[in-house]
Amino acid sequence: MTYRNRELANLVVVGILTALGFASVYIARQDIVSTASLSYAGFFFALYLAAHLVARLTVPYADPYLLPMAALLTAIGLTEIYRLNPTDAFRQGLWIVVALCAFALTLFLLKHDYRRLESYKYLFGLSAIALLVLPALPVLGTSVNGARLWVHVGSLQFQPGELAKVFLIVFLAGYLREKREVLAQGRLKDFGPLLLIWGGAMLVLIETNDLGSALLYFGIFLAMLYVATGRFLYVGLGIGLFLAGAFAVYHYVEHVRERITIWLHPWTDHAVYCAINGKLLPRQDCASYQLVKSLYSVSHGSWFGTGLGKGTFRTTGGGELIPYLNTDFIYSALAQELGLVGVAALLLVYMLFVSRGFKIAMLADDGFSKLLAIGLTFAFALQTFIIVGGILRLIPLTGITLPFISYGGSSVVANFVLLAGLLLVSNRANAERE
Amino acid sequence: MNRQIARLGLVGVALVAALIVATTYWQTWASAGLADRQDNEIQRVAQFSIKRGLIRASDGTILASNRIKKVGGQKLYLRRYPQGGLFSHVVGYSTQSRSRAGLESSMNDYLTGANRNLDTVLKTTLDRIRGATITGNDLWLTMRPGPQRLAMRELAGKCGSVVALDPRTGKVLVMASRPTYDPNLVEKDFNRINNIRATCRPAAPLLNRATDGLYTPGSTFKVVTASAALDSGRFTPQSRFFDPGYCIEYGKQVRNAGNPEAPETFGSVDLITGLEHSINSVFCNIGKAIGAGKILGYAKRYGFYEDPPLETPANERSPSGLYKNGELFRPSDPRTQVDPGRLAFGQERMLATPLQMAMVAAGVGNKGVVMEPFVVDRITNPNGGVVTRTKPRKLRRAVSRQTAQELTQMMEGAVQSGTGTAAQIPGVPVAGKTGTAETGIPGRYTSWFISFAPANAPRVAVAVVLQDQTGFGGQVAAPIAKDVMQAILAGKANP
Repeated sequence: MTYRNRELANLVVVGILTALGFASVYIARQDIVSTASLSYAGFFFALYLAAHLVARLTVPYADPYLLPMAALLTAIGLTEIYRLNPTDAFRQGLWIVVALCAFALTLFLLKHDYRRLESYKYLFGLSAIALLVLPALPVLGTSVNGARLWVHVGSLQFQPGELAKVFLIVFLAGYLREKREVLAQGRLKDFGPLLLIWGGAMLVLIETNDLGSALLYFGIFLAMLYVATGRFLYVGLGIGLFLAGAFAVYHYVEHVRERITIWLHPWTDHAVYCAINGKLLPRQDCASYQLVKSLYSVSHGSWFGTGLGKGTFRTTGGGELIPYLNTDFIYSALAQELGLVGVAALLLVYMLFVSRGFKIAMLADDGFSKLLAIGLTFAFALQTFIIVGGILRLIPLTGITLPFISYGGSSVVANFVLLAGLLLVSNRANAERE
Repeated sequence: MNRQIARLGLVGVALVAALIVATTYWQTWASAGLADRQDNEIQRVAQFSIKRGLIRASDGTILASNRIKKVGGQKLYLRRYPQGGLFSHVVGYSTQSRSRAGLESSMNDYLTGANRNLDTVLKTTLDRIRGATITGNDLWLTMRPGPQRLAMRELAGKCGSVVALDPRTGKVLVMASRPTYDPNLVEKDFNRINNIRATCRPAAPLLNRATDGLYTPGSTFKVVTASAALDSGRFTPQSRFFDPGYCIEYGKQVRNAGNPEAPETFGSVDLITGLEHSINSVFCNIGKAIGAGKILGYAKRYGFYEDPPLETPANERSPSGLYKNGELFRPSDPRTQVDPGRLAFGQERMLATPLQMAMVAAGVGNKGVVMEPFVVDRITNPNGGVVTRTKPRKLRRAVSRQTAQELTQMMEGAVQSGTGTAAQIPGVPVAGKTGTAETGIPGRYTSWFISFAPANAPRVAVAVVLQDQTGFGGQVAAPIAKDVMQAILAGKANP
């Protein structure tokens, strides 16, 4: 079977799963959900057939599993968003259309040779920084949950950091490919630009108050630096610098300090000062409310979950039990409804996606391609780890999106561009071997 | 570069693997602990989608039923308590914001169909697969609504409790506690419960005084002391004592009840008269003779020093016994640590629950055998089939048959011609014992009465306690005991 036929077969399986998912939500929530919900599955399948055709035209030799896996993850996300809030699901559906357009555009523009991106690396680097700084600008930026990550243009809301991530990876792939020999020698003056990036990451952290994104960008940078130079020392040094920076930020930025306290001690037996309403309350009723409620949701899922559409997210009065379910905490909604069996399978899909990404990097035969592939893949893995690990209290909780699943336009678009990048690298490597 | 890529690949895969491990931890290992947390409403809210089992009194009167509410297209079964505050201390409540209490808490598994009995497991699993509403099992209590209502009425305006047991089986027939609360208000208007006014402080309307209220038993404890005295063979009902109006302990006078300047004085009496007239000096001398250890030993046989066995939550029951600084005190050397004379007439830091004192009366009435009290008679599935039925169980024999008989005669004397004449029922022999315990505040007593009837073959045993009384147990508590016993005996005659 050719690459693309295999992809088509996988997509059919995903289509069936999507239909089953929507059907089970429909059955569980007949009273408020209409049969129109089932048309989502059909619409969805048609959309991915189109994406598949684009792939057939542009990247015939690319890995046949990545697109179906991305389709599966978006389908799961859309089903759960639909279950939580049908209106949001409609908007998310529109964003998926936009994302697939961006996906097609990327593939068509770069199908001949994506490696020419390398010559524009500084342009990408500068745009990445510009995008990152955007939310910090007084007029455009908005603060959500104490973190400045959003840009408002009219009624449109956009999180530029998501796209900046992809641009940064393109820049780093180009820059590190060019400088890897010099860097490996370890002369201090060559590290100027890298220290600049470290400083940038720290600035972003302070400006946006967002530990998660800083960790993500810096993690990507260290991973790519390690692959380029092969020197553990840099990684150690980098982690040391990051910790030192984070420590300083911890001392001077209240928001970050609170995040750490919540992470270490989400439950208190005694009442502590609550900054939100100025009262004395146990911490679980105040600062760590989100984290704790979301953990309750995860643990309620137990082995097999409540079943799609049957989870408990609202009080008997109809109020919200868990805040931000659609976006930051969608994993805890899924964990409750699908149970350990379901979300473990979901995480295995992520794991498979990551391992395919690394395989593509191994097969690629030039430095830029390799670095691009591992950058994109590791970004995907690390972002998943940061948000889900935050929910599961492995690391301090920070509000970033779960790739392909969370509700949010910028995230979906950025991740489909990321997917297009991986397919391009994979296509080239496989085509040369054929 | 491929070696680095392979290593980094491992890191990437390990990151996701860590997430699987962490998820497993929260969903299996930590799950049960989190579900029980007071601030975790998810499980409680989720269980509102279960058609919770009903709770009924012995005659079928519904004590807890469901009220259907639709939220977001989902049917929720919220609780309704048609009897208001009448049964609230036993039945408890099931709410979203204030968790659960009483049988609603301790029997939650049965009420939500989560119990492990085979037919329930099969049925709920089938319902779950079919997507049908899961229905819980119904509780049928041993409690009798008529006598319960009567007891609550007689307690109205006071702080106190009435417990009535069937001495032959241990069935709880009445368990009344005042002040009470309306369980229908717990979710919506908890402040109204909290701000209740009462003659005692704290009013503690949520406290089940019958099983969790600890009171100085006073002279009702003399039944336990007499048990020890007779059963050990050291004394007989005819043993003679000289009562000068006091007893000497540690070189000081311990006076009888009455005016401290001129206490009652009986002169030469036997043990029968000693109990009938509740003469402190007689029991003080018995205590000195047999020692505190022996008295405590017999108290334990009646159930003191252990959580009284009942189906309500463990944190709503307290063991009776000596207390020191708010904790149950187990003396390692009773001879030096406990004052035997004062213990013998139920003072000396001795505290007992009304349920415990009812068990003492029931044990004597049941020929010396104490039965385990229980309040859930049977549990039935939604189709009416019996899931489990409680079999009466013997707690233990407290005293010999002969001792029990001698105690019964002495307690009958107390009702016929002693301190408890207010408990007489025409045509029915009643055995009883009064108690008026000092609270430390002059003129304020805890008034008690324990009794059983008919004395020769008892069908009911009662304990009544009233807090902060100015009257003696024989004057205020005995009439309530009499009414409750009469109501229960009458109910049996024409059901």
